[in-house]
Amino acid sequence: MSIGVLNARPAWREVVGFNFATGIVLGVAGYFIGNAIGQAVGANIHAMTSTDQNDIAIVLGYLLGVVGFLAGLGFLNYPISRLLGAPPSLQEHEEGGAWRYFRLCTDHKVVGIQYLVGVLFFFFIGGLNAMFIRTELLFPTEHFWDPDHYLTLVGLHGTMMMMMTSAMVLGPLGNYLLPIMIGAQRMAFPRLESLSFWLVPAAGVVLLSAIGLDGFPSGWTGYASLSVQAKAGMDAYLVAFALIGVAMTLVGLNMLATTFTMRAPGMTWTRLPIFAWAVISTGLLMLLAAPVLVVTMALVLMDRTVQTSFFLSSAGGSVYLYENLFWFFGHPEVYILALPGFGIVLELLAVFCRKPVWGYRLSVAGMVGVALVSFFVWQHHLFVSGIDAHLRPFYMLTTELISIPTGFVFLNGMGTLWRAKIRYTVPMLFALAFFFNFLIGGLSGIFNSDVPSDVSTHGSFFVMAHFHYTIMGGLVFAFFGGLYYWFPKMTGVVLNERLGKIHFWLFFISFNFTFFPLFAAGFLGQPRRVSTYASALQGINDFVSISAYFIGISMVVFAINVVYSWVVARQRAAENPWQARGIEWQLPSPVPVRNFERIPEVVASPYEYGVPDAPPVAVLHGPAVAAAGE
Amino acid sequence: MISIFGRRVPGELFKIFIAWAVVSAIAIPVVWFLLGPHLPPGTMSSSAADQQFDNTVLVVCAIPVAAFLVIYFTYCLVRFRHRGSTLEDGPPLKGDGRVIVAWIAATSAIVLFLAGWGSWELFPGEHGAGGGQGPDPLQIAMPANAASALQVQVIGQQWQWTYRYPQYGFESDQLVLPQGQLVEFHVTSLDVVHSFWAIQLGVKADAVPGSDNVAFTQPNRVGSFQVRCAELCGIWHGHMFTEGRVVTESDFQSWAQQQKQRLAPASSSLPPYAPSYYPEPLTRGG
Repeated sequence: MSIGVLNARPAWREVVGFNFATGIVLGVAGYFIGNAIGQAVGANIHAMTSTDQNDIAIVLGYLLGVVGFLAGLGFLNYPISRLLGAPPSLQEHEEGGAWRYFRLCTDHKVVGIQYLVGVLFFFFIGGLNAMFIRTELLFPTEHFWDPDHYLTLVGLHGTMMMMMTSAMVLGPLGNYLLPIMIGAQRMAFPRLESLSFWLVPAAGVVLLSAIGLDGFPSGWTGYASLSVQAKAGMDAYLVAFALIGVAMTLVGLNMLATTFTMRAPGMTWTRLPIFAWAVISTGLLMLLAAPVLVVTMALVLMDRTVQTSFFLSSAGGSVYLYENLFWFFGHPEVYILALPGFGIVLELLAVFCRKPVWGYRLSVAGMVGVALVSFFVWQHHLFVSGIDAHLRPFYMLTTELISIPTGFVFLNGMGTLWRAKIRYTVPMLFALAFFFNFLIGGLSGIFNSDVPSDVSTHGSFFVMAHFHYTIMGGLVFAFFGGLYYWFPKMTGVVLNERLGKIHFWLFFISFNFTFFPLFAAGFLGQPRRVSTYASALQGINDFVSISAYFIGISMVVFAINVVYSWVVARQRAAENPWQARGIEWQLPSPVPVRNFERIPEVVASPYEYGVPDAPPVAVLHGPAVAAAGE
Repeated sequence: MISIFGRRVPGELFKIFIAWAVVSAIAIPVVWFLLGPHLPPGTMSSSAADQQFDNTVLVVCAIPVAAFLVIYFTYCLVRFRHRGSTLEDGPPLKGDGRVIVAWIAATSAIVLFLAGWGSWELFPGEHGAGGGQGPDPLQIAMPANAASALQVQVIGQQWQWTYRYPQYGFESDQLVLPQGQLVEFHVTSLDVVHSFWAIQLGVKADAVPGSDNVAFTQPNRVGSFQVRCAELCGIWHGHMFTEGRVVTESDFQSWAQQQKQRLAPASSSLPPYAPSYYPEPLTRGG
């Protein structure tokens, strides 16, 4: 760190280099160039000239804008210099003070912090949309928003949250912690790692730009053929989601490659932290599922721009093709949003119970099992869509089978709690809330998986309550638990515990008050994504909206806590404030640039709490020392 | 190694099991007899009654699972709370094979029962549970009286429903059904995906352009029911609702004749309606 400050160049030199500001300038320039090309091309296409809406120009603008943004950040420098004969290197801008955070940086810890700030920023925008949606639903008829603005809010909320929660754990915590946990000094592909982050703000901004293009009416699922007929804002959704698909593929690839190839000596598969197992199970899903999303979005873009008809039944296409492609991605996606949570809570439970993870192999089997089965369940989203009726029992079975490996995670939690010495810290509270929320989410999922029951619940608020219980009650609670737990390691400062507890209780109570009544609203016939509903349901909706505002307030408490603790109070974190065993807690807080001076030797499992004479997980100063002991 | 089912610590687990048994024994009859008959979607039609029964069974299955976990967690969180400021490790218990086998056996039994029973619910006499079955409904699940069913084409478009009665030769914006008669819905769309949801009838079938989605139900009681669109279809999606009616057989016949006469000037110039909107429907939905 000190070396970086000494070598820091003058401030003006940092501003004119390849960085965020240059990226924005070149991004805007790229947008206008792409737009101009598109206008020229589209001038001869009837569908463009007859509707006054040139989708080719918009899409090319977005694509060249993103290319310009990435070029401005410096992503082309290395490939070009290699073409010109420069020697290979794996490091860029790893030392350079605060400027590192605004450019391509190959230090995985910088990327982790970039992700944390970026994801939380867009997460709060998505949350704000939810507040606007709930405000409209205070009344059974339109009051605050036109129907098209309302639907745009619904789509922005859903898509933004899907994009950000996909990155929420693997981005900040995965990038920061995985290399440290396995005893490595970096990720396998450090530039791709940085690229995967910088695609997130690009996608976020592209998605938000839909507001200026008349919005999009399709929700986060973007069903064709509605998406093909929609106005220009749809292009923003398609490009943004495709960009996130690229980022997710890169993250998955990077996490898998890093874990498979860069584990320190002694870091056997049975010593790998549960969190790392969760990261690679998720990485596998991302690597295999996200490319399907990219292709699907590209096909819709082709329908909208160059007049193909993949999804237009009037011209030989099929809506079912879209539905199947989308959910082939979409169902693994919801486990991309569940598995990291499993990893975090099992990790936290061991630390704050002061006990080993009860069934290590069982947890791993559970997470890998969920990952594999999740590729065989997607048609349960299509039970009433008119798919071949013979398929329904099969997808009902596979969907319900997923609860068996999920049950492993619960059994582990229960075993770890037994005869534990429980410490009720803020991270532990979030981990325990995960189990409560996910239990409700899982049990309500059975209703959706059962065909006769799904006929009444499909497409209703019941489904919406179900997946908020799993994603928000599950993943978001686990993420906050992990964040409170690892924040001292990542930033070197401690989050305020009292504010943390206020955040937790406010969030936990208002979350359940918000989403539990929505099961009833759905059962009683309120479809999703409507701005008008039966007036008999106004009582439930008002209760839900007011509870939702309290979720908003709890997030404000969290934001205050982060700003106060990180910027104002800056209470120094100890090296190991939780007395945890993981390798990351053997390092200083925050972790120095290359993590370890030399690759450590791993000699024990991170979970040997209560084991007499258990050695520390890693011997930090070179393999020679440990060799004598073993 | 201390094991959970070892002889040294049986008392605590027995307490949990007894509390669980008591809670379940009280809650299950309460749900079955008191909550069950009031669960949506009610008993207005055969398929609605099937779904209500299904929902009741699922709640009854969920209760012991939820009760066990909540009681177990609550017990642990209270009993094993660490007091004092000194850091103390718990016993290093590791997974007990018998517990794991018992757990897997129990969860598998529940899951396989639910999947098997849910599949059975789609078979004979259940009318396919009121869900859209695509153009080619399961033959084995076909109701016995399907040949004499009243055919109703449901045509979704942005943003309204139109109902065609091909056996009577007219179309209407009203959905009126006779009591006690099997109804065969043929659901389709003219533009984007909609979903025909007759809430109290327990019928839901996506309206997909170019496809014929068949769903069965048999209304049992006279009364009105809500029809809503359950798939996002554009800006007026939330406004795409109507009210349908179930009337007696004779009322239905008089309504149908009245509609037919009123619409005769238009209908007479058209060719007769086919049984489904697309005369040659796809044999497979997708």
